[in-house]
Amino acid sequence: MKVRLIPFAVFALLVVLFGVGIVWNEHHDPNYVPSPLIGKAAPAFDLPKLDDPAQRVRKADLLGKAYLINVFASWCFACGDEHPVLMEYANKFGVPLIGYDYKDKPVDAKAWLARHGNPYSQVITDESGATAIDFGVYGAPETFLVDARGVIRYKHIGPLTAEVIAQELEPAIRAAQGAMR
Amino acid sequence: MKHALLLLAFALALIVSVAAFAIDPLPFKDDAQRQRFQHLTSQLRCMVCQNESLDASNADLAKDLRHQIFEMMQQGKSDAQIKQYLVARYSDFVLYDPPLKASTVALWFAPPALVIVGGIVVFVLLRKRAKPAAQIATNEMGDDW
Repeated sequence: MKVRLIPFAVFALLVVLFGVGIVWNEHHDPNYVPSPLIGKAAPAFDLPKLDDPAQRVRKADLLGKAYLINVFASWCFACGDEHPVLMEYANKFGVPLIGYDYKDKPVDAKAWLARHGNPYSQVITDESGATAIDFGVYGAPETFLVDARGVIRYKHIGPLTAEVIAQELEPAIRAAQGAMR
Repeated sequence: MKHALLLLAFALALIVSVAAFAIDPLPFKDDAQRQRFQHLTSQLRCMVCQNESLDASNADLAKDLRHQIFEMMQQGKSDAQIKQYLVARYSDFVLYDPPLKASTVALWFAPPALVIVGGIVVFVLLRKRAKPAAQIATNEMGDDW
């Protein structure tokens, strides 16, 4: 009598398991990799500016104020999707948005920004991608929030959307700024 | 015929593997170092195309990381140090063989646990069935699946 119910119970269990799997995958990107850098000091960098390669930007120059680093490239398709969002939000973040031109020719990046608009307070270039390895960059666009002490507080991989900004990035920015006061 | 086909397949495989080296030649000191490099990079995941190893991937980042690993090997870094370097940047996800720690306990022990639980269930069921064998004929419910 009870034994008879076992196959049904196993079936029901499997249905629940698969259901959970489906719902889970709808809300979680299976390719998402949590960055081990969150909560750690951002790697030191020393990179030329896009508009004037003679000038360099170092991590030490940016200490004292929280900022965002947005990794982009003219060849990066998803960056084109993200770009209008950055244009809209760049002035609303309350912290500078620094462009990080990743494995890209400066000429191409300049043309790309001229065509689509430039949401960045300044743009630094990493043509070889060597510094990006220290940041654990593996797919543009990626966005890092660095606090005034130079610690990475948040990272988003993939295009920023209004939803991600409202739910994750803005609270992270507020937290990073709040901790400093 | 069969032999000829096998030979052809083998020859093709050789050509392909030679081509793979030609894409990204690295000046290894000797064959042992080349083998160590290939062994190490085949254990590491390419973060761009996540189902490929660093050894096999043609992604730009994989190429950069192969060069980085090669450089570190020239500097006398051990395999463990190189893995640590990558894990610090890309998390445990770069390792095809995940380390045993709190967050991976389920990954390591769930499969054997399921096999054991399943084995116990099967064992209990079989015993239940074996015991009342005499009664089965008179069981009005007909539980003889």
